[in-house]
Amino acid sequence: MRKTKTKLRSILSSLIPGLSSLARRGPSGWMVLVGIAIVSSIVIMTAIAPWISPHSPIASRVGPIRASPSLQFPLGTNHLGQDMFSRILWGGSLMLQVSALSVLICFLVGVPIGLLASYTGGMVDSTTSLVIDAVYAFPGLVIAIAIAAMLGPGVVNMALSIAVVYIPSYFRIVRSQVLSIKELTYVEAARAAGAKWHTILFRYILPNVIPSIVVVVTINFADAVLTAAGLTFIGLGVAKNIPDWGWDLTDGRQYLGSGAWWIITFPGIMIVLLALGFTLIGEGLSELLNPKLQR
Amino acid sequence: MPLLEIESLEVDYRASRGTVHAVEDASFSLDKGETLGLAGESGSGKSTLGLSIIRLVPYPGVITNGHVRIDGTDIVKLPENRMQSIRGRKVAYVFQDPMTSLNPVKRIGAHFVELIRTHEPDTSAADALGRAKNILENLGILPERINDYPHQLSGGMRQRIMIGLAIALNPDLVIADEPTTALDVIVQQKILDLVEGLRKAYGMALILISHDLSIILERCDKIIVLYAGQIFEYANSKELHKAPSHPYTQGLLHSIPNIELSDQKLSAIPGSPPNMLDPPKGCRFWPRCSYAMEICRITEPELIDLKKSHYVRCFLYNQEGRHSH
Repeated sequence: MRKTKTKLRSILSSLIPGLSSLARRGPSGWMVLVGIAIVSSIVIMTAIAPWISPHSPIASRVGPIRASPSLQFPLGTNHLGQDMFSRILWGGSLMLQVSALSVLICFLVGVPIGLLASYTGGMVDSTTSLVIDAVYAFPGLVIAIAIAAMLGPGVVNMALSIAVVYIPSYFRIVRSQVLSIKELTYVEAARAAGAKWHTILFRYILPNVIPSIVVVVTINFADAVLTAAGLTFIGLGVAKNIPDWGWDLTDGRQYLGSGAWWIITFPGIMIVLLALGFTLIGEGLSELLNPKLQR
Repeated sequence: MPLLEIESLEVDYRASRGTVHAVEDASFSLDKGETLGLAGESGSGKSTLGLSIIRLVPYPGVITNGHVRIDGTDIVKLPENRMQSIRGRKVAYVFQDPMTSLNPVKRIGAHFVELIRTHEPDTSAADALGRAKNILENLGILPERINDYPHQLSGGMRQRIMIGLAIALNPDLVIADEPTTALDVIVQQKILDLVEGLRKAYGMALILISHDLSIILERCDKIIVLYAGQIFEYANSKELHKAPSHPYTQGLLHSIPNIELSDQKLSAIPGSPPNMLDPPKGCRFWPRCSYAMEICRITEPELIDLKKSHYVRCFLYNQEGRHSH
């Protein structure tokens, strides 16, 4: 127990000076910082929503129907008389869960397959690449919609359908890295020193692939957020009584004509902000971790 | 029984554009504690020959024929797991480029710990680290450097670390593949002196691969001169220095500057090594050879015994050759 605590402390203390040193790394460092700020404030906001939201996000008739933003209802109310501010506070939860879960699935499936296939090489590699490229050739949202429609609603099903779309990008990045790293002298030197294949793969190749994977993970987060929003928007998300920005977009769309702009504007902004946050982290990191791109 | 015995070894690279015979009909042996130099130009097959001793010829290379015996065990058909226990423990290999030979994400100490524990799983990490510190001291590197990452060390230090890794398990044979090519001349001397000192102290045999015949002449008991995958000359170094027999060896020796002959003109061997996908018929060297005869263009010469353990592959020393002279 104490050991994990000290470990945690050492991780934290190495993270925080790391954050401040990011600012010294120029524009890309700032991109990462701003991205981290956006994402973490949305995560915190969603986490503490039960304590700070003025109303229940799913209780109807807490106020007048389709009331425009006012002091009492800062972001207005929707056609059921639900408080939009409370719905915004709560609504990120589903999207964050889905995107985190799908990124985790992508990572756990895409990285090992990429490592093993490209390290083995030959027929294994070319067959796997062919299958993965076939998936990659489809437009992402279309596959996600097809799979989500097959699996039905639910957080896990949404995450699975999004994961299928993004596994190929993990595979391709890992494969391209492994193909170049496995030819390097230190890998050959390890082999010449009698290292077994799993030692070479997990101690020599994987740690050197990780920086590229980190970048894919953050960019994948942004894509997963947008895809999750897309799925809930077309009604393939989850049951109605869970507050969700994507659902509010669909729901509020029909009232836009009657002038109720606030019902879709604020959820839309939140989705864009969250995706932007992840993209900033990803783009910034990829520039920081890949010095060849800087110049 | 010699430590290493290579018998009519053939290694091919089966590329899509054709097959390259990278090593042909190579036979030699090495005793415990002996040093052997492999000299040759780029592409002469010296690294391929070195790597085939630990059976790590890179794809698409294959050992097509012959035997490599280490302590009497033929390794050509040995199962991979037994091969792994030979690599690093019995035979160690030092690669050419020290800048990329260490894993950039692992500390120096971790390299030693992993190597030692791969072959001696019972050794604790702390013991392995202690041994690593001793080795570093022998190499003239501060033991504290064990916690450094490879990028914190200079090229010469990294090559010393590579040598330290090679001797860590006290192998019988160290193969050093152009260990100093990437380093400047002063560091070169230091590294080679270090290798020689450690070799004597530990009683290891050494195969030194280099394109620089002068380094090899200075430091090896026996010398093999390779050209286009074939052994052109094989002799002990004194004999080779005194009486180089093959025109190619003579050319190589004439291209080494000699400080005592101040008015000496350095000569170069004209032309360039052959395209190995389509080597010349007959002797591989005839297009560049100033002694080339009719027979050299038609028949491939055999490696013949010139004197006791001085072998040469040239028609000038052949019965047939003398007749047509």
